[in-house]
Amino acid sequence: MRNTLIPVFMIFACLCSVNVNAAIEDYVFENQEQQQQFRQLSDQLRCPMCLNSNLAGSDAPIAADLRAEIYQQILEGRSNDEIIDFMTQRYGDFINYRPPLNRGTFMLWFGPLILLLIGMLVAWRIIRNNQNRPATAGLSTEEQQKLDSILADNK
Amino acid sequence: MNNRVKLFIPAVFFFLMLGLLLFGLGRNPNQVPSALVNRPLPEFSLPELNNVTTMINSEDLQGNISIINFWATWCPPCHVEHPYLVEISEREEDLNFIGVNYKDDLNEARLFLEEKGTPFRQVIVDLDGSLGIDFGVAGAPETFIVDSFGMIRYRHVGVINHQIWEDTFEPVINRLK
Repeated sequence: MRNTLIPVFMIFACLCSVNVNAAIEDYVFENQEQQQQFRQLSDQLRCPMCLNSNLAGSDAPIAADLRAEIYQQILEGRSNDEIIDFMTQRYGDFINYRPPLNRGTFMLWFGPLILLLIGMLVAWRIIRNNQNRPATAGLSTEEQQKLDSILADNK
Repeated sequence: MNNRVKLFIPAVFFFLMLGLLLFGLGRNPNQVPSALVNRPLPEFSLPELNNVTTMINSEDLQGNISIINFWATWCPPCHVEHPYLVEISEREEDLNFIGVNYKDDLNEARLFLEEKGTPFRQVIVDLDGSLGIDFGVAGAPETFIVDSFGMIRYRHVGVINHQIWEDTFEPVINRLK
């Protein structure tokens, strides 16, 4: 039992380590909130060069520049929304890992839900149809006698 | 609905998804839509590479179609596209070729242009990359087409060569003329 659990734990450990932040710079903040704000923004904003990583996890030069820009704006007292607006104006919705809800991103937000609903509808109809179908009745006495005689002949 | 027809619904759905995914696969994931296309040039005032006391403003770029090229000597693809840019700029005399020297060593940049020739009428110095951020640049080289009213009309990421110039730049420029 103990041995079988080890691989499970190892897989779990691998999954846990994905979220490690790779930012290298040591930014000094005036207070805890600013640091929290920086973490949140560099976690939520995407590196425009590397496609599949956020600003915190990327060592591309542009990611470092944008982290510095965020740091500067946080020190100036800008809010999260203001900083995200600043980035979206320059890099588009692409830079935000949590894209805003509008006509262009509607399918992104609700597509999976719509597919799930369609799937549930289909499953529900199939199950209902199966229930409505008359249960296969057992053989009548006549059919049973016929079956018995066939089986008897083949012996 | 006929039951036989119904049997084909999953297949139709499957091929629709297949088509969508194949379409997505054919697209270049690096071709990120630019947020700045059809928006005015960002405001800036930055020194000129060969005469750092002269400032270039965003208004200076109006009145003519401009090609704004972000480049640096540390960027290998910029070396690749440089001879093409020189050639194209000699051929297209009515276009205003502007370089943005992006986060570079200024002396190396001057030397580079002296040795290999310059396609640019003016080179804007962007030492810390802040103009790059205002243009939504992710790295060098990137090239923008700006119309004579100072509106950004096109963004190209990566190297320019004759093929790319003819296929993507010329149609946009001809439309703007």
